Amino acid sequence: MSTQQPLIFDEIDEPGLHTIEVYKRRGGYGDRLHKALTMPPEALVEELKASGLRGRGGAGFSMGMKASFMPKGTMDKYLVCNADESEPGTFKDRELMQKIPHLLIEGMIIAAHAAGANRAFIFIRGEYVQQADILDAALVEAYDAGLLGDNILGTGHSLSLAVHRGAGAYICGEETGLLDSLEGKRGNPRLKPPFPANQGLYQGPTLINNVETLATVPLIVEMGGARYAEIGAEGSTGTKLISISGNVQRPGNYEIELGMSSRDIIYGLAGGPADGREIKLWFPGGSSSPVLTKDDLDLPYDFNTLAKAGSMLGSGAIIVVDDSNSVVDVCLWLAEFYRHESCGKCTPCREGTNWTVKMLERIQSGLATPMDLDIMASVQEQIIGNCLCVLGDAMAMPVGSMVKKFRGEFEAHIEAARAANTLTGDEDAPELALLQGAVV
Amino acid sequence: MSLPDVKRFSHGSRVPGWDDAVDLTKDPQEIPDPATTPVPADLRAEIEHHIAKYPDRRSAAIPALAAAQRLHGWCSPEAFRQVACVMRLTPAYLVAVASFYDMLDTRPVGHKRVYVCTNISCSLRGGRKLLGDLQEAVGENVEVQVRGFECLGACDIAPMVSVDGVFVGPVDEGEVQELADQINSGADPLPAKQLIKRPSADPNANTREWDRPGTDFEQVESEIERPAPGSDPLPTEPSSFGPPMGRPDPEDEA
Repeated sequence: MSTQQPLIFDEIDEPGLHTIEVYKRRGGYGDRLHKALTMPPEALVEELKASGLRGRGGAGFSMGMKASFMPKGTMDKYLVCNADESEPGTFKDRELMQKIPHLLIEGMIIAAHAAGANRAFIFIRGEYVQQADILDAALVEAYDAGLLGDNILGTGHSLSLAVHRGAGAYICGEETGLLDSLEGKRGNPRLKPPFPANQGLYQGPTLINNVETLATVPLIVEMGGARYAEIGAEGSTGTKLISISGNVQRPGNYEIELGMSSRDIIYGLAGGPADGREIKLWFPGGSSSPVLTKDDLDLPYDFNTLAKAGSMLGSGAIIVVDDSNSVVDVCLWLAEFYRHESCGKCTPCREGTNWTVKMLERIQSGLATPMDLDIMASVQEQIIGNCLCVLGDAMAMPVGSMVKKFRGEFEAHIEAARAANTLTGDEDAPELALLQGAVV
Repeated sequence: MSLPDVKRFSHGSRVPGWDDAVDLTKDPQEIPDPATTPVPADLRAEIEHHIAKYPDRRSAAIPALAAAQRLHGWCSPEAFRQVACVMRLTPAYLVAVASFYDMLDTRPVGHKRVYVCTNISCSLRGGRKLLGDLQEAVGENVEVQVRGFECLGACDIAPMVSVDGVFVGPVDEGEVQELADQINSGADPLPAKQLIKRPSADPNANTREWDRPGTDFEQVESEIERPAPGSDPLPTEPSSFGPPMGRPDPEDEA
């Protein structure tokens, strides 16, 4: 098991850590903030690049690179923190914002300086009412302490920061959907390019980062990019907050050093499934990542290894499914979610998610034939890469991987359910017509 | 076998409202006239507060609709008119926005919003059964809506319920009736199981037992200075607040 001390979760349950008083006592808003604000933005971006910090929201893109794409010159630039955190299985940002909100605010002050932005927003999902209240209270404290607003710490920089509460839509976690939602529209994703770094919020250059990414920035400034890069694995530096849920005995958030063995995480930290149960499958990076099986448990948990294994680290949310569950049920729950959350803008996603659910309902109720499995798999292939954003892909990849890896179980279920279904023999049954999509 | 829950209207559509009467002779709604649209002063103040937070007033649409929903219980036609009047937008624009988001209700429903997570992590631990049980236990109460909701970001306390934003879980079968009674009476839901009291699961996170989490939440609650809804800090409009478009950036010249 890893010996790396937690960076973000260090003494996270200290009473009063959400207040500026305790946070400052622990060195927050201190020398490191002053150092960052007196550095030229370019040097700060170089430091971030040197740290190798990759985005913690899901795509895993280099934070330093992203910041360096921001154009120079005279225009309104924005920094947006993506606190929508709606990927099923992910709840790390919630704990971070709730327990140490000032780390995020400090990170945003520094990142705004690096990006040349002087207006920033935290887009938090509407469901996180208590967390948004805590952030609001933290903002009051930061404004009162002169850390936000005009002339921060006498360095001449200014930053205006506001919390924006969403209203419940998974798609608003997608960066361009988030921007549309923040502009007061329906949260439909935009065509890329132009990327947000060129045309983002209100058509201005915009840097968008996840909560955890921004909260890591002050720590990188403090320890230096090179030192931070020593932690973790090749190509996946640093520590990562991971959320483990599902059939494990100790679900929760854990801070790990990237590159730790997946088995140590699931069995060591989270206690594994209940006694007598075995892992059937697990999602390594939220419900959008292709599933892995118990044969993949010895993989080191980092960006590159998981990508090589055909999955992804995503948001760092591990969902464990044990052998008491049917893979058909899991697949249907998953597809229902994406059908509900598809914004409807692109046809492959809107129709593909809908038909996948219909086919899975048929498989589950015993009205499907083995051929339907291939049709369903081909629908997944037609979704991937054909939409503006990756919501459709996010359903197609795990569903496709489940059909591929558990084909035998799907086929057995189809046969068993057909045999058990009394309707299939009776062609005139009204319920059968209804299930087959007839208009009655 | 279980039949999937397929609800259809008689013409085959699943779209609610397809048979609502439409008066084709009416003109489209315009921006409501302030002289003929009374808006409660509190609501107006809160919407104007939100508008001031953004460079573009339309950005305040969602917080403004949320405020109106808090007042009216749902996004009623009157609520849309009032928000549209203050924001100087058409009601149709706001309806288009509100209908996109799960937390904004464009149909009359109970104003007490109880969401039960039915996503994978919660379903694996009985979230779907909990939804049915809780709906049954709450019973007929026009003030309460209990509905399944997409992942609420609290899989560590699966199966979980959000009672007007207060996350509780894991909810055991034996606690459903207690929770339902608390929801119906407006009491604090399952105080011992609220998420915000939960200590970190990570054994490495804390070097010692802090006495804060899980023990005395009232003290923690009192530490948090909760701003009243809509009184969150307003970003000041500082002098150096973004160089105006087209004008040289003083920092670049320096």
